Amino acid sequence: MRRVGAQAEAREGAASISSVDSGGVEIRTIEHSFDSTLDSVDAVEEMVLKEARHMGFDEDDQHKIGISVRECMVNAVVHGNRYNARKKVHVAIVRSPETLEVRVGDEGDFFDMTQLPDPLADENLLRHSGRGLLLMQAFMDEFQVRPRQPGGTEVRLVKHTAKAN
Amino acid sequence: MSVKLTPRQVGDVTVIDAVGRITLGDGASAFRETIRDLAGKGHKKLLLNLAEVSYIDSSGIGEMVSGFTTVTNQGGQVKLLNLTKRVKDLLQITKLYTVFEVFEDEAAAIRSFS
Repeated sequence: MRRVGAQAEAREGAASISSVDSGGVEIRTIEHSFDSTLDSVDAVEEMVLKEARHMGFDEDDQHKIGISVRECMVNAVVHGNRYNARKKVHVAIVRSPETLEVRVGDEGDFFDMTQLPDPLADENLLRHSGRGLLLMQAFMDEFQVRPRQPGGTEVRLVKHTAKAN
Repeated sequence: MSVKLTPRQVGDVTVIDAVGRITLGDGASAFRETIRDLAGKGHKKLLLNLAEVSYIDSSGIGEMVSGFTTVTNQGGQVKLLNLTKRVKDLLQITKLYTVFEVFEDEAAAIRSFS
């Protein structure tokens, strides 16, 4: 992959890099670290939605992407970093012509959320929490959880455009 | 925008008109406090009108479930009215369609409590 932009540019406090992969596909990557606050949840949701609108996702898909990113950010801020002011949430938004990828990493302990109780089991239907993962899996085309280096959890969300599907 | 909740009385049923977003933070807190306040004052028949609610996240869903449990445990009922397609989809994905009674007509919903 080579960079076509002369250098990373600072935009809204984020590093934005344009590049072209080996197949000639242009890729735009935005990376930024956020405080562990609910304001950051709103900010990242809006940043991602801006990219989704630019890519031509329809309103229904924008809603699905927005709520998935929101759930992911809430997990990182609330469960991962536990609102710790010294810990950051690391976000990467990667946009190619047919794919929007969002990676959200926290600095907490690794937490494999795929091992949580099934929220669709009859005995769990009235639980207060535990549905965020279900929504991310339902609304996005790809969903992965992995340990983040040097510590924490990273969630990767991917949505393909209608053209890609 | 957070959520605005306006209770009104129709006979012995309390209809709560909700407008906005029910998400973690102010929206979910306002929702929780309103339901607890009404339940604490003895309102046992609650109809939640979600026609103007465009967005609910998993925290908002959690508050709806908690409100349902609180009122039901006190011998009351919580039912839902006028779901948008997006909220309907959320209830289907989470299987909560099997928990809540859902109506599209307010008069029919009111009658169902008696």
